[in-house]
Amino acid sequence: MVQITSPQFKENAARAIGDARLQKALGKAEGAFLQRRGDAVARLPEFEQLRDIGRDIKNHTLANLDFYLETYAANVEAAGGTVHWCSTAEEARAAVLEICRKAGAKTVTKGKSMISEELEINDHLEAHGIEPVETDLGEYIIQLRREHPSHIIAPAFHLNREDWEQSFREMHTDLPKDRVFSERRDILTEARTKLRDRFLAADVGITGANFLIAESGSSVIVTNEGNGDLTQTLPRVHIALASIEKLVPTLNDACALLRLLARSATGQDFSVYTTFSTGGRRPGDLDGPEEYHVVLIDNGRSNMFGTEFQEMLRCIRCAACMNHCPVYGITGGHAYGWVYPGPMGSVLTPTLIGVDKAGHLPNASTFCGRCESVCPVKIPLPKMMRHWREREFERHLSPAAVRRNLGLWAWVAQRPGLYRMATKLAVGTLGLLAQGKGAFRSLPLAGGWTQGRDLPVPEGGTFMDRYAKTKRGG
Amino acid sequence: MSKEAILNAIRRGLKRGPLPADQRAMLEARMLARPRHLIPARSRVPRPDQIKLFIVNVEKEFGSVTRVADVKEIPGAVAEYLSQQNLAPRFVMAPHPELQALPWSDRAMLEFETRRAEASDTVSVQHGYAGIAETGTLMLPSDPARPTTLNLLAETEIVVLRASRITGPYEDAWDMLRAERQDAVTGGFMPRNVMLVTGPSRSGDIEQTLELGASGPRRLHVIVVDDDPAALPV
Repeated sequence: MVQITSPQFKENAARAIGDARLQKALGKAEGAFLQRRGDAVARLPEFEQLRDIGRDIKNHTLANLDFYLETYAANVEAAGGTVHWCSTAEEARAAVLEICRKAGAKTVTKGKSMISEELEINDHLEAHGIEPVETDLGEYIIQLRREHPSHIIAPAFHLNREDWEQSFREMHTDLPKDRVFSERRDILTEARTKLRDRFLAADVGITGANFLIAESGSSVIVTNEGNGDLTQTLPRVHIALASIEKLVPTLNDACALLRLLARSATGQDFSVYTTFSTGGRRPGDLDGPEEYHVVLIDNGRSNMFGTEFQEMLRCIRCAACMNHCPVYGITGGHAYGWVYPGPMGSVLTPTLIGVDKAGHLPNASTFCGRCESVCPVKIPLPKMMRHWREREFERHLSPAAVRRNLGLWAWVAQRPGLYRMATKLAVGTLGLLAQGKGAFRSLPLAGGWTQGRDLPVPEGGTFMDRYAKTKRGG
Repeated sequence: MSKEAILNAIRRGLKRGPLPADQRAMLEARMLARPRHLIPARSRVPRPDQIKLFIVNVEKEFGSVTRVADVKEIPGAVAEYLSQQNLAPRFVMAPHPELQALPWSDRAMLEFETRRAEASDTVSVQHGYAGIAETGTLMLPSDPARPTTLNLLAETEIVVLRASRITGPYEDAWDMLRAERQDAVTGGFMPRNVMLVTGPSRSGDIEQTLELGASGPRRLHVIVVDDDPAALPV
């Protein structure tokens, strides 16, 4: 069961900041993603234009999503597949279980899928005597450790190499105890061997979908390991889990979005395996699943239409926003307390589990705007986080201290003379206290704030002072 | 039931009912016309440069390439590659007529079976349907003559690809498939599965550091056959 701990975001974040192992893992990983994305974007001069195109394709699809969903489903069925329409997570779990039962499944292999986390498919299958086996390397170790992914494309973002070795030694007890992991590659090879047997034994393979294509009734997965392909090729039954906003009209539309996806995600020009599945085995085929099912899931998304959060449905789950987020960079993904972390999670989570539970998340932002500036489909994430803050405030969900201070600030801000005096006083006092230093490591009355970060010393007077000077300067 | 609930909730949000016939017709026309979007300039180059770009990109993604002048040289290129890699001269091969027609008897030490791949296979030889220069990507549509397991189960995959089948962007490769294939089940062009493969399998899951050979092939070798006079190096 995914325990929702979003309401404890502040405690989670404080714990994460004090966790030396986590900080080590975050420090290693974050820079790599930034560098690689930057390089990939620099290699494609048309990247910025493609972002506009990506946004427009998704907007067009969403504006006509009822039409494209029906067309897509008709084409899946024409290819011999079955579409299971599910309004809720519960319906989707039931649909998956029924397919697995009909197939007489004992074990199910799984490709990486965030919607499967949202649906808690693994727990549901286990509770009914079916063993789910995660086959993405990151998901595999997370499952061994009974944890949850901390990142939407790199589930084991929070782990160090030592953690991998330790878990493998604890769980793979049939292997020699004194074996040596001298390189990362040794860890990979051990997992490869272990997973091979699971791939071959599985009765059903479950994958997610990065895109669904209306014109051909295809589902698309994008992976680097090939685990998703083994998952959907070897068992007799393939189930693709997909939420309704994964639709695009045509293959040409998918091509445009695929040019954005890998570059924004891992900084590759293209992922190793981009695979289009359309129905089951054809006459004469020597391999591939005999049955092909798509479990098409709403789970709260249709409620986002017509609201200020509709644009969030453009998201292609690349994770660029969290890779570039200073908050995610210091708290990691688990602090966010549910399936989707980082800026996209801060917008999506309140829509899916309620702002009463997830109200802290849209507040966990410095509003630096980097998430929006790297989003491949230009989702205005900071603006949407502001909308959530407004809704939270309107519904009186903000803590009393926040409301009181906001009230006080508003009272002062409506009195320009007083406001200028107060800011002048604050800037002057901080300047004196700083004694020539550039930043405060700690401040009286603000110990909580400075525990995890430094406060830069204000330079050059208040805004109004500087504005007046510039004006005089002409 | 849920289908109607989902569609109605979307329509309610969009503040409209089901689309009127003329708008549906417009959307159907867009799907048929399938407008192409911006295609990056990098692959819009003369034929010889497209082949070169394809090869450079395969190698950038940790694949390897041998270029041969004639199909007759393929068995030799396979034998040579296997020996360079210290691999036994044994493989599973796609039951594709173009591959079966090759003069394999010239290289008598090569042993192979034509079938789908099994877990015990260490090397596979696959028929490449198309190559995409833009990112060094192979297009491998499933077919009785091109089983999907050949792309996945062996540690080493060798793909034979004619230079005439190398396109610039992805869109051109899809158009080739549209024009050439008719599906027995749908009457459309899509087979059960189309894999776009760019380099050998890898994972970045351990400390975001790239390691080759996750669940799929550890090595990907492409043998490009120069069957296209317009694409020969100048």
